[in-house]
Amino acid sequence: MEILTILIPVSLGLGALGLVAFVWALRSRQFEDPKGDAERILSDEWDDHPRPD
Amino acid sequence: MTDVGLARISACPACDAAPLAERLADPAAHAAQADGTLILSLPTAHCATCISDVERALIGLPGVRSARVNLTLRRVTVDAPGLGADDLIPVLGRIGYEAHELDPEALSATAADRQGRDLLMRIGVAGFAMMNIMILSVAVWSGAEAATRDLFHWISAAIALPTIAFAGQPFFSSAYAALKARRLGMDVPISLALILATAISLFETSASGEHAYFDAAVMLCFFLLVGRYLDHRTRAIARSAAAELTALEVPRATRLRDGAEEVVPVASLRPGDLIRIRPGNRVPADGEITEGRSEIDRALLTGETLPVAAAPGLMLSAGEVNLTGPLTLRVTAAGRDSSLARLTALVEAAEAARGRYTSLAERASRGYAPVVHLLALASFSGWLWATGDLRLAVNIAAAVLIITCPCALGLAVPAVATAASGRLFRRGLLIKDGTALERLAQVDTVVFDKTGTLTMEQPRLVSAEGLPVELRLVALALAEGSAHPLSRALAAALAGEAPAPLQDQQEHPGYGVSARWQGREVRLGRADWLGVRDDEAGRAGSATWLSVGEKAPIRLDFTDRLRPGAEDCVAALHADGKRVILLSGDRPAAVADLAARLGIAEYRAGVDPLGKAAAVEALAGEGAHVLMVGDGLNDTAALARAHASISPASALDAARVASDMVLTGQDLSPVADALVTARRATARIRENFAISILYNIVAVPVAMAGLATPLIAALAMSVSSITVTLNALRLRR
Repeated sequence: MEILTILIPVSLGLGALGLVAFVWALRSRQFEDPKGDAERILSDEWDDHPRPD
Repeated sequence: MTDVGLARISACPACDAAPLAERLADPAAHAAQADGTLILSLPTAHCATCISDVERALIGLPGVRSARVNLTLRRVTVDAPGLGADDLIPVLGRIGYEAHELDPEALSATAADRQGRDLLMRIGVAGFAMMNIMILSVAVWSGAEAATRDLFHWISAAIALPTIAFAGQPFFSSAYAALKARRLGMDVPISLALILATAISLFETSASGEHAYFDAAVMLCFFLLVGRYLDHRTRAIARSAAAELTALEVPRATRLRDGAEEVVPVASLRPGDLIRIRPGNRVPADGEITEGRSEIDRALLTGETLPVAAAPGLMLSAGEVNLTGPLTLRVTAAGRDSSLARLTALVEAAEAARGRYTSLAERASRGYAPVVHLLALASFSGWLWATGDLRLAVNIAAAVLIITCPCALGLAVPAVATAASGRLFRRGLLIKDGTALERLAQVDTVVFDKTGTLTMEQPRLVSAEGLPVELRLVALALAEGSAHPLSRALAAALAGEAPAPLQDQQEHPGYGVSARWQGREVRLGRADWLGVRDDEAGRAGSATWLSVGEKAPIRLDFTDRLRPGAEDCVAALHADGKRVILLSGDRPAAVADLAARLGIAEYRAGVDPLGKAAAVEALAGEGAHVLMVGDGLNDTAALARAHASISPASALDAARVASDMVLTGQDLSPVADALVTARRATARIRENFAISILYNIVAVPVAMAGLATPLIAALAMSVSSITVTLNALRLRR
């Protein structure tokens, strides 16, 4: 059962990583236009290089 | 949780809109626009191509630095210093997109926006904690014992305590507020369950007990937060829709002071002020014309489609539209005393009557909260009396509170409302009021206004064939010189041909246009100006006359143009078994003609605003649930009085404020669709309640008998929540 001393911190750490990623996404306003983002992926306008802005 | 259901956005939408509109009218607020950011609403944008089209068209314009479409809100944000909305809207119009200017001030990141992000953050934290505690709980459920179990419980406690303290805040604060007001909302049992479950689990953990409810407490928190977020989002969208509508129209007036013009908010006008009204503008206050000649469109006030000749001495009411010539008006009544404000007072009185509607969620929560507390108390005292074991009794009471907690109930209504309003928004209908869907579902009678609702503002030329070819070119040339609606309709009907060359073209405001063509005088305008007698009141459409030299004038007939989707809408309503009534302030001939074209059997013409409200009232008195669809000031009282109401986006702001729902596009067909969706949504809400109650009937006896383990509580809670959400999502199809 000693393995738990490694596994539990690892699982908590991975969970916390997910939480940090979520908080980052929230802060960088990635939930502002979910519908637009879903549609934009279908446009082939900026396939070759990112939009310059 | 009384506020989680479909509570009204506001007891009085007009109260929300008025300060907003005033803030918009304040010129100081517009200084912020100097940075060049414009926001346009795009009611018709819906796909990837729309995004590319709009962005490409806007970025292609010189002076535009960036343009970004937000498809969720159907808006485009343009960074273009030095350009105005008037420069951009025609560009979008040419590629086929309707656009309206919105005021960035009114729409800038609001408190509601922050609140939404705050809720999302709490959901994220609760979700993270729930998953980690669940991993540990699975180990406990599958047989971890002694020191391992205690260790897992302690780790769970370490995660759960800060999570409950952070994520549970919205429930705790609202429960505190409810208790202070001596009420039992839904948040009281929720908070009690969270606190009791956490406390008893902590105690059990420290005593090396077998059962800890940390997972159930955090899961409860997570599901309820999801419900609350959905509810918040529906309301935030509705609120931003209301703000968007107010932003469309800014109440400003041009005041003349010592010969100089200044733009002032309508609220600052006083009786005796002189104001200038340009052709195409709306009259901002009641008054008497002192200078100028023109024609006045009273359709929004009375439903009357024929323009009225205006000359000095004529009294005008706020809300009328000046058509052809500039007018100077001496204000006789402004603000509170104007006819507009008198109508608003009518609206408020009518709204108070409608505010008595209690939503399904409110009714459910009112019955629910006492029952939950009584059940928990009964199991606590029952077990204490039977066994004398305080620890066991508290344990079972906590289990009962967790099991009965309205997880599914908290999700039942918001999930349905979100799915239904999302579906209607995609079809072009904005829901402004939380209980509107439920009220709409009960509708059995639909009352339409005619002018501006079933018909469009611009009339259509009927008899282009009656006009000799060479005169067509003359008519086109004359019509192009005027902004009068009939002239524009004529120009649109004859477009594509080369206009005849004319000399000395001049507009006679209030009468028509004249010019010289091949040495003869040609005139286009009112019958009395051309010296013919014409009884317009007896005819269905409106007409203008064309005369060439001394020859007899030729009559050009116009008919009302139907709003797109009007025929389909009325047919669908008839097929649905609804009673359809047409109430109009227009003259009988025009109303009868339109009713015949649409197949509406019941119609009344020449109804004044009070008459409309009274007619709706009478229908309600007969037990009918009336849906009023209208756009004018004359419909406002009826819109507010009706059981549910819809107005088109082109409606006067007072009408849009008074109605529950607004059509975002020009098409009228979403109205029939909305009735079907609303009925289905209400059915789903009832189904969801039934599912929750069924689940409680099964689970509560188990919990009260002391058989509910943390595993059973976790399973029952997630299964019922997911069932309810999936049932709601069926609406999206």
